Amino acid sequence: MKRHLISAGDLTRADALLILDTAEELASLADRPIKKLPTLRGRTVVNLFFEDSTRTRISFEAAAKRLSADVINFSAKGSSVAKGESLKDTALTLEAMGADAVVIRHGASGAPHRLAGWVQGSVVNAGDGTHEHPTQALLDAFTIRRRLKRGSTRGAGLDGIRVTIVGDVLHSRVARSNVLLLSTLGAQVTLAGPPTLLPLAVENWPCAVSYDLDSELPKSDVVMMLRVQQERMTAAYFPSVREYSRRYGLDAARMGRLPDHAIVMHPGPMNRGVEIAADVADSARSTIVEQVANGVTTRMAVLYLLLGGTEFPAVAQ
Amino acid sequence: MSQASSSVAGRDGLAVLDAEEIRRALTRIAHEILERTHGGDDVILLGIPTRGVPLARRLAARIGEFEGLEVPCGSLDVTMHRDDLRLRPARALGRTDLPVGGVDGKTIVLVDDVLYSGRTVRAALDALTDLGRPRTVQLAVLVDRGHRELPIRADYVGKNLPTSQREVVCVLLSEVDGRDEVMIGEGGRKP
Repeated sequence: MKRHLISAGDLTRADALLILDTAEELASLADRPIKKLPTLRGRTVVNLFFEDSTRTRISFEAAAKRLSADVINFSAKGSSVAKGESLKDTALTLEAMGADAVVIRHGASGAPHRLAGWVQGSVVNAGDGTHEHPTQALLDAFTIRRRLKRGSTRGAGLDGIRVTIVGDVLHSRVARSNVLLLSTLGAQVTLAGPPTLLPLAVENWPCAVSYDLDSELPKSDVVMMLRVQQERMTAAYFPSVREYSRRYGLDAARMGRLPDHAIVMHPGPMNRGVEIAADVADSARSTIVEQVANGVTTRMAVLYLLLGGTEFPAVAQ
Repeated sequence: MSQASSSVAGRDGLAVLDAEEIRRALTRIAHEILERTHGGDDVILLGIPTRGVPLARRLAARIGEFEGLEVPCGSLDVTMHRDDLRLRPARALGRTDLPVGGVDGKTIVLVDDVLYSGRTVRAALDALTDLGRPRTVQLAVLVDRGHRELPIRADYVGKNLPTSQREVVCVLLSEVDGRDEVMIGEGGRKP
């Protein structure tokens, strides 16, 4: 494992499997009377959130607390950032407080990478702009493996599993991280969406591209619906929400075209009725709530593997 | 200290227990467990990964043969509770598998291959506390090599093996290593 987790592309297959296997062992903690381990006692994890978030922040906080780390939550609202403090000065403040790990979400792509150059501790990317969200990809891979690989999953990749990622790929950090990680783990990934919502140079990504969702559904083991990120849209990418929903939204009729074992995923938050119909989101095939629970476990595995062992010698970096 | 003392470091070491002797030692321990626990009611055998787990299974099988009693058997990973985590890079976790019904009110017999500093057992006691409240906890080891660093002793010992701290004790079990043998090697190097 590297010292930071900035991009899902930095993870080798062995790294990714180590994280998933560790998460698998940690999952049993949820059934125990005491859901806490002493492993990171005395370590400090700072949650540095410049963008709004519900599940990622809570998930990281729960993960750090279950490993007995001290957690400092920082959100840009109500902090000195509102007075114009720069990322670097904020980082130096955290450094002075002795943060062992900084979990950062930022609206600018590349912010975690910059931060990694300024702080001694490990940096975990919790979403940067439209770039990456590696822990989401890890928890998605974990969910897919648990649902689709029966029996002992330890050490198993996702070889041969066909994943279709649908919708607003252009603005989605989840999609990029998932394409990188799932292809590392051996899955066949297809992106499906309107041409206007697929990024430039998508042909260089390790995945296939399709503009026709209906033809992809019967050959998918996993359908991952992406949120239409209206807050990031500066132009008209599709004529109307209703048209988008009709061509790329997952409703009960479309779900019926999936193979019987297939699962429906969504990273949340959902726009019910836009990219996913309410009855699909609440169906037995949907793993949306499971993904949240798996998020805590996976993030515990990441924090344990980054912070649980020897401290990295400061000079080596 | 299974990690520090039982790896396959000293292949050219001196054999101290062969397969037959290991079998006899486990048979004796199984009898002792039955005797000390008055017939083995409410006993759970918990192996500490890696090699404690097959040892616990073997003991459970012996007890089954002797008394026709099905003794629940599981594994207890202690990695997250170790006190030497920060001395080495983060390591992969072993499996914790508890028998249905949990550990509350039960007699737990922890099973490990080598008892050395006692730190692994200390970690196991902590891990166990988080899982419930057993009535008693006992310890069975195949080899006790001395050099305790904590006030911990074993209730059942396969063989007491006087060693120097420079030596490496190496337990091989057929489930993990393909054959049964305990060896002692001139170490100096700890894996």
